[in-house]
Amino acid sequence: MTPPRLELRRISKQYPGVKANDAVSLSVAPGEIHAVLGENGAGKSTLMKIIAGAVQADAGELLWDGAPRAPRSPAQARALGISMVYQHFSLFDSLTAAQNIWLGLDKAMTLDAVRARVRTLSAEYGLPLDPERPVHALSVGERQRVEILRALMTAPRLLILDEPTSVLTPQAVEALFVTLRRLADQGCAILYISHKLDEIRALCHRCTVLRAGRVTGEVDPRQESNASLSRLMIGVEPPRLAARAVREHAPERLRVSGLSLEPETPHGTALADIALALRRGEILGLAGVSGNGQQELLRVLSGEDRRAERGVVTWIADDPSTDPSNDASNDASNDPSNSRAAAGAVNRTTDLGPLGPAKRRALGLHHVPEERLGRGAVPSMSLAQNTLLTRREPVGRLGHVSTARAAALARRLIERFGVRAAGPQAAARSLSGGNLQKFIMGREIDAAPKALVVAQPTWGVDVGAAAQIRAELLALRDAGCALLVVSEELDELFELSDRLVVMARGRLSPVIPVGQASVAQIGQWMSGLWDTAAGEGAHAEA
Amino acid sequence: MLKLEPRPQPSAAMSLASPLIALALTTLIGVAIFAALGKDPLQGLRMFFWEPLRNGYALGELGLKATPLVLIALGLAVAFRANVWNIGAEGQFVAGALAAGWVAMQADAGSTKLIVLPILLAGVLGGVAWAAITAALRDRFHANEILVSLMLVYVAELLLQYLVYGPWKDPAGYNFPQTITFLPATQLPKLFTGTRLHIGVWIALAAVIGCWWLLMRSMAGFALQTGGIAPMAARYAGFSSRAALWGAMTLSGGLAGLAGALETAGPLGQLTPYVPVGYGFAAIIVAFVGRLHPVGIVLSGILMSMFYIGGELAQSRLGLPKAITGVFQGLLLFCLLACDTLIHYRVRRVAGLGVRGVDKEQR
Repeated sequence: MTPPRLELRRISKQYPGVKANDAVSLSVAPGEIHAVLGENGAGKSTLMKIIAGAVQADAGELLWDGAPRAPRSPAQARALGISMVYQHFSLFDSLTAAQNIWLGLDKAMTLDAVRARVRTLSAEYGLPLDPERPVHALSVGERQRVEILRALMTAPRLLILDEPTSVLTPQAVEALFVTLRRLADQGCAILYISHKLDEIRALCHRCTVLRAGRVTGEVDPRQESNASLSRLMIGVEPPRLAARAVREHAPERLRVSGLSLEPETPHGTALADIALALRRGEILGLAGVSGNGQQELLRVLSGEDRRAERGVVTWIADDPSTDPSNDASNDASNDPSNSRAAAGAVNRTTDLGPLGPAKRRALGLHHVPEERLGRGAVPSMSLAQNTLLTRREPVGRLGHVSTARAAALARRLIERFGVRAAGPQAAARSLSGGNLQKFIMGREIDAAPKALVVAQPTWGVDVGAAAQIRAELLALRDAGCALLVVSEELDELFELSDRLVVMARGRLSPVIPVGQASVAQIGQWMSGLWDTAAGEGAHAEA
Repeated sequence: MLKLEPRPQPSAAMSLASPLIALALTTLIGVAIFAALGKDPLQGLRMFFWEPLRNGYALGELGLKATPLVLIALGLAVAFRANVWNIGAEGQFVAGALAAGWVAMQADAGSTKLIVLPILLAGVLGGVAWAAITAALRDRFHANEILVSLMLVYVAELLLQYLVYGPWKDPAGYNFPQTITFLPATQLPKLFTGTRLHIGVWIALAAVIGCWWLLMRSMAGFALQTGGIAPMAARYAGFSSRAALWGAMTLSGGLAGLAGALETAGPLGQLTPYVPVGYGFAAIIVAFVGRLHPVGIVLSGILMSMFYIGGELAQSRLGLPKAITGVFQGLLLFCLLACDTLIHYRVRRVAGLGVRGVDKEQR
């Protein structure tokens, strides 16, 4: 019997304060697609870095084709035939695809030879790519193809892919799977890191599940259900969401009309003729492959980018005649005359154009950005201090900050949202990505916003916390908040949203109720193909 | 083998210990320098660390020099925390001294002690105005504030020289480049007889408390510092980067100008080309050695004042060159920057561990 291509025996790695890998064993045979499943912080990345030679294990053995040879550097790993495709691309925008691939190789090949080889490989594996095109002109899916082709140039014997589908449309994911299966059929061993259960069940032959640095199971994913896999991954089954109440057509809270904007940075996306409305008690889901203008749109909504023309973004405040919470201001004169109501209706809209993020927040418009460290939170500051970015409860007269009140607020967020942190004084950067995400989401949800704009609400958080965050978002919706949720995970959008809209190349698709949408249709829209004629009608309706 | 390894969190203990280790290293190197120059190292250290503390008068001199250092360093600490690199406090100090000196020259026989208030106010405004040039150029044209503020130091010094050699020269001063000696009414009230210590000490202490509140307990200070550490987060929160720039520049300029006014209306009593003695630059070191923290700055300001006095004593009593003060200042900053590495990293002994398989394979 042939030995496995790669075998790990009781690999351990200790980092300050955390045991990233604790006696992890795993083996991959030639031709096998092996999934490594685990929530963020489970130790997947450390394990892959050990295999790729970027990190050395403290203890344990690494066998390659049955012989002990642990790579001491990425170069040694490459020499063994180990290639890795990272989650974040490292490509130069101004160079062509072939030049980028050439840069990553030993200088044994000429650029012409690289071009020829790229053409052969892309035909062989169904990865269509013109090697002469500059990277900045490529879509995200095509950029990933460049990365995969770069990995294939050296004819790898073990290919590691780290969360490869997070930036792909459903159709592109299918195409990638075809390529990976073909590679496996030729005898390449594949390690596939992911937390997407459906993909693992569809693609992989075996699956090693990690939790808190230990192996909690090695299973055949084709024989498992999502529930059984996530039980292995997080230890408990994720809580189910409550059944959704049917919504009627709700009044608008925030309106964008005729928004067109050049990008602030050279590689940004221009926004073209954007129109959308956020309604009270409703979640609008914004789907799309990242980098298609979502970031730019969110900056306009949050007030970080105030270049939009006046009157393009408007806020519609509560109607005092219908809102019971405002009765106190109304009881002086008890005649709800028509003229007063009409005058009120005029005054209820506010042009958000000139207002900065703090003023918009004061109106009730909150925002959770995609970048957690450095934008949603200041890395070196404590959680207590980080509450001050968007919350004013700890601030008293003359701008005096009560450290006790800030700490109490942070402690409340930690408890309510199950943030794993040393306490209110822990620096934001000492939290894992998922825990910081919980803290930031919690900070904005806890503010009881009237409108909430969220990018990637459950990015990097484990399944249990994701379910909690989704439940909190639905609770906000039921309390009358208007939400815009931008996510790369279609499952999440279908689960949360009342209506869906797709963004592609800086434009918005028509808005459709989630009940009428299908994954296939949304996937098609994500590549920018929607019927413009239908779009006009739906825009007007939205 | 020793290896530097990143710490999971910056070490608070090392942040406090670093200046002390740096001081110890500076002292050690100082001993070596004294020995190399053929002086008795003990005598040398005595000049720096004992003589300035020996009696009431010496302590008064210590406080007198620490006052401007602390005032300027407080403003710089706020600016540096906001990531605004005002290197030109020396120029703002001179501008403050000029404005204060002009008001002091307007005093006549009828002036009362109250004239001290407009003198100090003029000093603040002079410093603010000088710093505002840098802020405006950075705000409008994105000019680098390090270069602009530094170059404006030389402009301020040339302006001072022009005035004392020209229009403001004392007609009865035997053609010396100096203004008239200001009338006694303009003199700052003294704290103790027999010393030169004046009420500036109380002003500096009040500024310490004010800056502590600003940095540690106020929303404005939080916004300033967020803009300095994480500009994207400040933008997300809605803190204005322009407000941070102007706030930091005017506060640091105003405090430097106030220090200039205190010197003018205190120990100097007139304007000469020798008003700038490097307090503005030394305060940069004071700010960093004091960890950009108001209380730390008081301690480091006193230390730097000892260096000034020790340097003068080493010059007059041991015949060492005047440059010895600058050497000590530079050594301290140099050692501090080196020690600060240990705040974010720790030293670990690394034994020859690794994965067993590799060792076999490599041999």
